Amino acid sequence: MGSEQIIFYFLSFWLIASSLAMIFSRNAAKAVLFLVLSFFSVASIWILLEAEFLAITLILVYVGAVMVLFLFVIKMLNIDKSTLRAKFAGYLPLGLIVALIIIAEMMLVLGNAQFGLDVMPAPARHGADYSNITELALQLYTTYVYPFELAAVLLLIAIIAAITLVHKKEINRKQQSISEQVNVRAKDRIRIVSITSPSKENK
Amino acid sequence: MNNMYTFDTSTLWAALPEIFLLSAIVVVLLLDLFLTKPFKQATYYLTQISLFITGVMAFNLIDQPQTIIFSGSFILDNMASVFKVFMIGSTMVAMVYTRHYLIQHALFRGEYFVLVLLSVLGMMVMVSGYSLLTLYLGLEILSLSLYTLIAIARERAGAVEAALKYFVLGAIASGLLLYGMSMIYGISGSINITDIANFAANADLASRETLILNFGLVFLVIGIAFKLGAVPFHMWVPDVYQGAPTSVTLFLSTVPKVAAVAMLVRILVDGLGAMHAYWADLFMVLAVLSIALGSVVALMQTNIKRLLAYSTISHVGFIMLGFVTGVISGYGAAVFYVFVYILMSLAAFGIVILLNKKGFEADQISDFKGLSKHSPWFALMMLVVMLSMAGVPPFIGFYAKFFILQQVISAGFVTLAVVAVVFAVISAYYYLQIIKSMYFEESDKDITIVAPMDMQLVLSINAVLILVVGIFPDFWIKLSLSLF
Repeated sequence: MGSEQIIFYFLSFWLIASSLAMIFSRNAAKAVLFLVLSFFSVASIWILLEAEFLAITLILVYVGAVMVLFLFVIKMLNIDKSTLRAKFAGYLPLGLIVALIIIAEMMLVLGNAQFGLDVMPAPARHGADYSNITELALQLYTTYVYPFELAAVLLLIAIIAAITLVHKKEINRKQQSISEQVNVRAKDRIRIVSITSPSKENK
Repeated sequence: MNNMYTFDTSTLWAALPEIFLLSAIVVVLLLDLFLTKPFKQATYYLTQISLFITGVMAFNLIDQPQTIIFSGSFILDNMASVFKVFMIGSTMVAMVYTRHYLIQHALFRGEYFVLVLLSVLGMMVMVSGYSLLTLYLGLEILSLSLYTLIAIARERAGAVEAALKYFVLGAIASGLLLYGMSMIYGISGSINITDIANFAANADLASRETLILNFGLVFLVIGIAFKLGAVPFHMWVPDVYQGAPTSVTLFLSTVPKVAAVAMLVRILVDGLGAMHAYWADLFMVLAVLSIALGSVVALMQTNIKRLLAYSTISHVGFIMLGFVTGVISGYGAAVFYVFVYILMSLAAFGIVILLNKKGFEADQISDFKGLSKHSPWFALMMLVVMLSMAGVPPFIGFYAKFFILQQVISAGFVTLAVVAVVFAVISAYYYLQIIKSMYFEESDKDITIVAPMDMQLVLSINAVLILVVGIFPDFWIKLSLSLF
């Protein structure tokens, strides 16, 4: 067994273990953390498959952004755990059947009959100087530069649209007016009123 | 470096209008942030200037030899350039009308103009798209901007409902279109229109390949019919037209139709021209249903925006009839009809907007009562538009219908032409109904026109053009025919 296989089995073990832990964890925040671990293991396996770009994207986008957002959502929404667990056992038989059917279908379509080494030869190994990211970038910035830029415009529209539709006018917003704060003088805020104290009057 | 990866900057001139427009959009977007209240109008003028320069650039590219750049995903030909100039011109006219509406209803915001510019960019991409991917991206740029434009009046429940309806149905249509595209890609192995055309031309028409090609074709036709608003995929049209702010309805009902027709030409005529016999049958059903339903259901409407929506549906039916013929002169007739429809629709919605005042929408047919007493000139203009839409000579609407029917008959579909004429006659009833309200009924409201002079002037020119081009239609007919 080569070192590569040892690494693969090591990563796969953590992937399966963390996935199971995520499903069976009773605490939503812990579940998210286990999911992070499983994403990380998948990303590592992708690096073994020479798909560095996808691996890095998975870590940056899912682990770095989406999962952090999930954590925030969990902390902000006060989820009642008992309602989540209530019908777990009731759904178990149906869930198992669905899962088994999915596994059977995947075995049929993705199994050795279709993708075995005798049908599909293993892709050629690339040397240490080969960069997956460079290859993708070359495609994106030459052949597909036009659709790539258009997709960027589409994202710009999404930003403009979101702000246009949600942004509220100044009236409804609580904000500081810094220029007013700086220009303020003592006499605008404090009024000195001389009050003759009652004790003096009595004397 | 491998020879496959090359990017030739010397051919970028072909996309100059698009590149300029995108840069202008970014400038307008940023400048608008720094404009204080009294200078907000500057966004409007900047928008018009950007559109004008883009239009001039597109105009200069007319009569250039056909150029395909960006690895086959962008085409510059006469159709693209003429369509671009026409779209930009109509958008500029629409913006003149829009400004009055936005000021009257306190909707004047910089984002409105940025989104209109972005949707124009999307349409230009569609018109020049020569691969399924760019056509789809252009369509999404257009659609996303339109959804936001409708929802920009978010205090109105009707506008939000219209935006949501349009968004959901638009997403379904995009899904169907993409499904069709994936089928075509799956069987032909390419997303470039050139390769698809070669594949379709050499495909054995009785083979299994044609079956899959045909399967994809059906979904493409459904997706395009959704975007055009043809029956039975028209459900969104009346609700969206009625719910959207009138200025958005004006834009939505005019310029995007050019882009939708361009997409139709690129995919079905340029790409799958060899499959014409298959899609012409589908188009025939869509066209007849659209003309029939658009003409009959409009009879019951009391809201003028809804009425114009049904009228659009029947016009779309006529446009599709042109594509049924399968000959170049038929396609030319369809493009001519699109030009005419947009000229008429701009004027019709322009007059609706003209009557708008603070707190008064003028979207009921009864709001037109007695217009001839208060403003004989604009009542006359509305008369011209309505008669032209009904297809009465010598107005341009007559020539558009005549030209289409002539092509349909010479292609041998006499029954189809008879059905179209019968429903066109029925539709004359509701156009005449509006004229009756304007001239023979007394107004119960105070109709004073508060629109600025520039709008009144542009609207008058717009309406007079319907008559002038109607008397001298040669130039436009020749132009439409030269595009194929």
